[in-house]
Amino acid sequence: MCNSELRGIEKSLASFNQAGIRPVAISVDSPEVSRNLMQQAGYTFPFLSDQKTEVIRRYDLVHAGAGENGADIARPAEFLVDKTGTVRWINLTENYFVRARPEEVLDKANLLE
Amino acid sequence: MNARQINWPLWAGVLLTLIAGFSYIAVFVWFPITRDFPWVNLLMFAVAAVFLWLGLRRGFSRDRAHPTRSKIITSLVTTFSVLVIALFLLSYFVFARWLPPSTGAPQVGQKIPEFTLPDSTGRQVSLNELLTAPIDGKAPKGVLLIFYRGYW
Repeated sequence: MCNSELRGIEKSLASFNQAGIRPVAISVDSPEVSRNLMQQAGYTFPFLSDQKTEVIRRYDLVHAGAGENGADIARPAEFLVDKTGTVRWINLTENYFVRARPEEVLDKANLLE
Repeated sequence: MNARQINWPLWAGVLLTLIAGFSYIAVFVWFPITRDFPWVNLLMFAVAAVFLWLGLRRGFSRDRAHPTRSKIITSLVTTFSVLVIALFLLSYFVFARWLPPSTGAPQVGQKIPEFTLPDSTGRQVSLNELLTAPIDGKAPKGVLLIFYRGYW
C-alpha cells in the first residue's frame, strides 16, 4: 500500500516539481533500508529515517506494536506544509488501503503561495 | 469418472475465489482506482459465490456416482472458499481500519513542529532546509510529508 502510494508520487514527480512542492517520505526504516528501497523502486525524492519514532511520536502518528516483532511504526499520514511551516492540508486515512492520490495533493497545491 | 460427473462449477468457484483474493495484493493495489475500494475483487467474489452455490447444489444432488465422497469434497471446498472470502472482507473492512486516531497530530493552520532527521545517505536534513532548498532553481512553495509504515 505504502509502495503503491510512493510509486504514485514518483510517477507524478515532474508535476510536484512544477508546482514547487517537495515530497518527502518518513518512516522508521534505517537510512540503509531506505537506500535499498529507493534503488530497487527507483524513488528519487528524499527519504528520511525516524528510527527512534521521535518525530512520529511528536506528531502523534505512532501505530504501537504494528511493525516487525511488535515495533512501533508510523501510521500512514500526509501533511502539506507551506514555506512558512504552516500545515495547509492533512490526510489521516481511516483505512490502511485508502491513500491520498497525487492529483488530489497537486490540487491542494494552489492553496500555497 | 466421466466429464458429466465432474463438479466444474465448484472448482471454478474455488479457483475464482483464490484469484479474486490474491489479485488484489498482486495487481489491483497498484492502481488507486482499484486500490482505494476493491470493487474488481468484490465483483469476482460475487461471481465465485454463484459458481460455489451451483457447485454446492450439484455436489449434493442425488445422481452423484459417489454421493458421500461428493458431499464431503463439496463441503470442504465450499467452506474453504467461504473462509477465503471472509478473510478478505475482514482484512479490508475491519483490520485495515485498526489505525490510531492521531488526535494530537498537527492540524490545518498550525505551525508544524521543526525536525531534523537523517536521509538515505545518513546526512542530517532539517524541515527548514526542505522548505528552502530550491527545486529546479526556484524556491519551493511547500513540502509534502508522507509518513509510511516501512518494513518491506
